[in-house]
Amino acid sequence: MIRDALLIAGKDLRLELRSRVALNQVLPFALLVLVLFAFALDPDKSVLTQATPGLYWIAVLFSALLALQRSFAIEATDGNRDALRLSGLDPAGIFLGKVMAVSAQLLVLEALLGVGVAVLYTSRIEGWILLAVTSVVATASIAAAGTLYGVLAAGLRVRETLLPLLLLPVLAPVLIGSTRAFEAALNGSPSEGWPWVGLMSIFASLYVVAGIFGFGPLLEES
Amino acid sequence: MTTQLDAAPEGLDSTGSRGTRVLGVLAIVGLAALALFGLVLSPPDASQGEVVRILYVHVPSATFAYIGCFLTTIGSAMFLWRRSAWWELVAYASAEIATVFTAIVLVTGMIWGRPTWGVFWVWDARLTSTAMLLLLLLGYLAVRRLPADHDVRTKRSAIIGLLLVPNVIIVRQSVQWWRTLHQKPTLLANGVGAKIEGLMLFSLFIGFIAIGLVFAWLLIHRFRLAWLEDQLDDAGLDAAIAERRSEGEPS
Repeated sequence: MIRDALLIAGKDLRLELRSRVALNQVLPFALLVLVLFAFALDPDKSVLTQATPGLYWIAVLFSALLALQRSFAIEATDGNRDALRLSGLDPAGIFLGKVMAVSAQLLVLEALLGVGVAVLYTSRIEGWILLAVTSVVATASIAAAGTLYGVLAAGLRVRETLLPLLLLPVLAPVLIGSTRAFEAALNGSPSEGWPWVGLMSIFASLYVVAGIFGFGPLLEES
Repeated sequence: MTTQLDAAPEGLDSTGSRGTRVLGVLAIVGLAALALFGLVLSPPDASQGEVVRILYVHVPSATFAYIGCFLTTIGSAMFLWRRSAWWELVAYASAEIATVFTAIVLVTGMIWGRPTWGVFWVWDARLTSTAMLLLLLLGYLAVRRLPADHDVRTKRSAIIGLLLVPNVIIVRQSVQWWRTLHQKPTLLANGVGAKIEGLMLFSLFIGFIAIGLVFAWLLIHRFRLAWLEDQLDDAGLDAAIAERRSEGEPS
């Protein structure tokens, strides 16, 4: 299962390295969202600095939707899904591989977005450990739930509109948790942030388990 | 395709049966009793005044909305486990009714909140998680009603239905945590949790029975309707196949 997962993750990341869709389209989109927030909320009133954690994670969520759509779009053409099914790879491995590839892309995006927030919103960055752990756990949560709901929406004519409706309510706890944990870290009171990391860890584990068992049947019939 | 409908066997022209008619009459009687006790006989609340009467509908609706969600998750689990079409339809029917009841809960809650708290909406844990519940249910229904293959729709919506209650629990937990870290949920302390007795308690009791009867009645009818819809789908497909086959045959 792990070997299959690494194979799939490697394939997806190689595709990304060669096509650079995430780099050339998703990342600029995320930065664009940051700039749009500045237009919407007057940048001189320090609202931006206060709301940095929330805005940051909203930008990540929207970008994650695009990254997830992309992750399944590359399987949609030329009967790739059938090829995946015929490949004999463990469906749980395919799921984990997709989660890993999306997580890796999102982590790079989050790092760059963090620089963007620090520069554009002049937010002070503190509490590095909590920030890093929160990012990893939240990203795993988003990728795991997103991949499961992504395959639910895959292969349907309405997939672009369906995925946000299904996924965003489910990810509400992750948005709350990651935002609160970031706030705690930036305010210099990291002890308030760790319970949220715990909650998101439970969320991520639940969805990894659900995906490992549910991905196979869903891949079969789509 | 009206011929398909006309060709339905005798007795299938309505989703009613003797049992459901009795149930329907009981539900109407229950609602009348609820109106009588809730609006006329029960006294106004000491602190909330006349507004308290909304709660005789609000609280039972919330309870049955939750029951509907549990039925959806159980039905989805049974469908995935046993491939039981019966349970799949139970899940679908109860999800739809739970959606309606959740909407009723939100609307009556807002009507109650405006005079009591002065605002329609507060970011209270309960309100927020109920709103999220409505969105999760709408997601389930969106998938169940997809213009796609029957197998695709049922299997995918069953996975969402299976995750419905776990999701609601996580969302509820996180929202509760989120709000209580900032402020104590004092708003509802003098609301539902307050002591109620006498005629008011009895009215609430009537409310549970009446809303429960309505829930059961709706569930049975929705289930039968969904079953007929599936039959019609199959019949329509069979007819289309037969038509294409006969085209190919030399006449």
